[in-house]
Amino acid sequence: MVGILEDKDRIFTNIYGLQDWGLEGAKARGCWNLTREMLGQTHEWVCEQIRESGLRGRGGGGFVTGFKWTLMPQQFSERPHYLVVNADESEPGACKDREIIRNDPHLLIEGCMIASYAIRAHTAYIYIRGEYVAERERLEAAIKQAYAAKLIGKDNVNGWDFDLHVTHGGGAYICGDETALMESLEGKKGQPRLKPPFPAGAGIYGCPTTINNVESIAVVGTVLRRGAGWFSSFGRPKNAGTKLMAASGHVNKPSVVEEAMSIPMRQLIEDHFGGVRGGWGRLKAVIPGGVSMPMITREQAETVLMDFDDLPRVQSRLGTATMILFDEDTDLVRVIARVSRFFKHESCGQCTPCREGTGWMWRVMERMVTGEAEMREIDMLLDVASQVEGHTICGLGDAAAWPIQGLFRNFRHEVEDRITSYRAGKPHVQGAALVAAE
Amino acid sequence: MSVRRLSPDQPASFAFSKETMKQAQWWISKYPDGRQQSAVIPILWLVQKQEGWVSEPAIRAVADLLKMATIRVYEVATFYTMFMLEPVGTVALVQVCGTTACQSRGSEALLEVCRKRFGPDSHRSADGKFYWQEVECLGACSNAPMAAINDRYYEDLTVAGFEKLLDDFAAGKTPPPGSEIGRQGSSALGGNSTLNDPKLYDGSAPKGIKKLPNAAPKGKAKAPVA
Repeated sequence: MVGILEDKDRIFTNIYGLQDWGLEGAKARGCWNLTREMLGQTHEWVCEQIRESGLRGRGGGGFVTGFKWTLMPQQFSERPHYLVVNADESEPGACKDREIIRNDPHLLIEGCMIASYAIRAHTAYIYIRGEYVAERERLEAAIKQAYAAKLIGKDNVNGWDFDLHVTHGGGAYICGDETALMESLEGKKGQPRLKPPFPAGAGIYGCPTTINNVESIAVVGTVLRRGAGWFSSFGRPKNAGTKLMAASGHVNKPSVVEEAMSIPMRQLIEDHFGGVRGGWGRLKAVIPGGVSMPMITREQAETVLMDFDDLPRVQSRLGTATMILFDEDTDLVRVIARVSRFFKHESCGQCTPCREGTGWMWRVMERMVTGEAEMREIDMLLDVASQVEGHTICGLGDAAAWPIQGLFRNFRHEVEDRITSYRAGKPHVQGAALVAAE
Repeated sequence: MSVRRLSPDQPASFAFSKETMKQAQWWISKYPDGRQQSAVIPILWLVQKQEGWVSEPAIRAVADLLKMATIRVYEVATFYTMFMLEPVGTVALVQVCGTTACQSRGSEALLEVCRKRFGPDSHRSADGKFYWQEVECLGACSNAPMAAINDRYYEDLTVAGFEKLLDDFAAGKTPPPGSEIGRQGSSALGGNSTLNDPKLYDGSAPKGIKKLPNAAPKGKAKAPVA
């Protein structure tokens, strides 16, 4: 058998868009089945089932979804509750939410309704990144179908008044942070807010808000339909369920697949993505899930499992489980320099360590690519990276530091060799001549 | 951060077209009363669709429409990199992804194609027909390398295919978006390893589950409260 998960246990059955994305097709694949019965249970029952299923946030955070919902106020008040779905998928490597939105939009809509019921919200917003224009049109069309069939809206057949709106961003990666997303949704610059207050207390428009990733929400309907026990039967304890995983870079068949959590990374790559270009032995490094996750070596990739708790063993993280692979010919220093440029471009400019640090780190990385940096600058760079990490309002500072730390943890010798060989050819660069030139 | 300034050459005025205004009102209606500011990004986007770029008079018009201070709209227009602050090409806006996944599959060659054809990054070509820029990840990594031309994604590009694409645009055609090598979405080339079971698509999926598992015993479940 290929992989671990069988076709009958896949939630996203139209991930490649080979079938009808519309309402009829989605219903034939099991969507919108028993939704009314789910909403006939109590709010607490829905939260409890999702918590029992072991579903953890699929956007990379890994927070227990059912528990997140219970952080919302447990009664109705003057302030309405909101559900916001984070579809601002912008991290290099991540390309999974797009496939849900364009090919299985009804699973997302159904999930929005159930999640809104669980947190006592009558309105939900899906914040989709601005560049996904075609995907936004598809989603709007699907929502229109759901309204027309009275599945959502006022006095719908499911018995819970529910309005669903799509809104979009303007091409800022930072809006993937939940508080920046809320600022952006309110029509402001996407600069993250300080927490507390947490979104469950004061989110959009100062009202209690829950923000979840697209995939976390889209699986909810199927999890309730098939039972918490079914979902938690996949993966290791605390890493339950199925997950969309993807590969890009130097694999033979880059693609997106749904697999069981905790599948060994090597099996995932070889079974579903046609293996590494030129064979497993040519693999040099893997970024496990979005470029902010530190890269790991081939030796580490041999044994590591794709889940939240095993990747930290090799000092990396699962992130969105969308891998980027690099073969032996790749200049990893150059790769990380480009990653640093990405974070420099996407820093919102609010916190000084990140605004100044990301640009500084990028400039030093560029000089390491050519080798004209000095040996002592390696430690200086790592020192600055550790000062940016953890000293910013949101996680972008951390995200900018981790790839650099990952590079030097595993491939420091490459940078050192490059600096040495650059000097070797230019005998007068080092020492007195350089000082005089300055 | 990226430094973004308004263009020194600004038109004298801006007016919403009827269609833009209609859509703008639809966007405003999505948000609660008094929260019309939430529609600022979508409306600036509509403005860009109408004019090709976001001008200073347009920023003032949007501020008036949404009852916002002009500086707040200015902030948004300069913060979000999707808004073009100077006139773009009359035929196409070419945005080539240069970030990691695309870089590892050859986007640098595509960037070189643009440089050769159109000149430096973030500039209009000499004939005014094209405007190109290198952008950060567009979220189609399994279909790398890719470029967005007039907001549509062209994926799995090769240098030759990309050149042809640009030729087609220059000739006034609009090639269909999608994968250059003809794969559907992100499906694996040469056959998918998953979702091949015909039972998934014969309509049996909803029939298999008739009762909600783990449902609370009757009496404890209550009707939903509106």
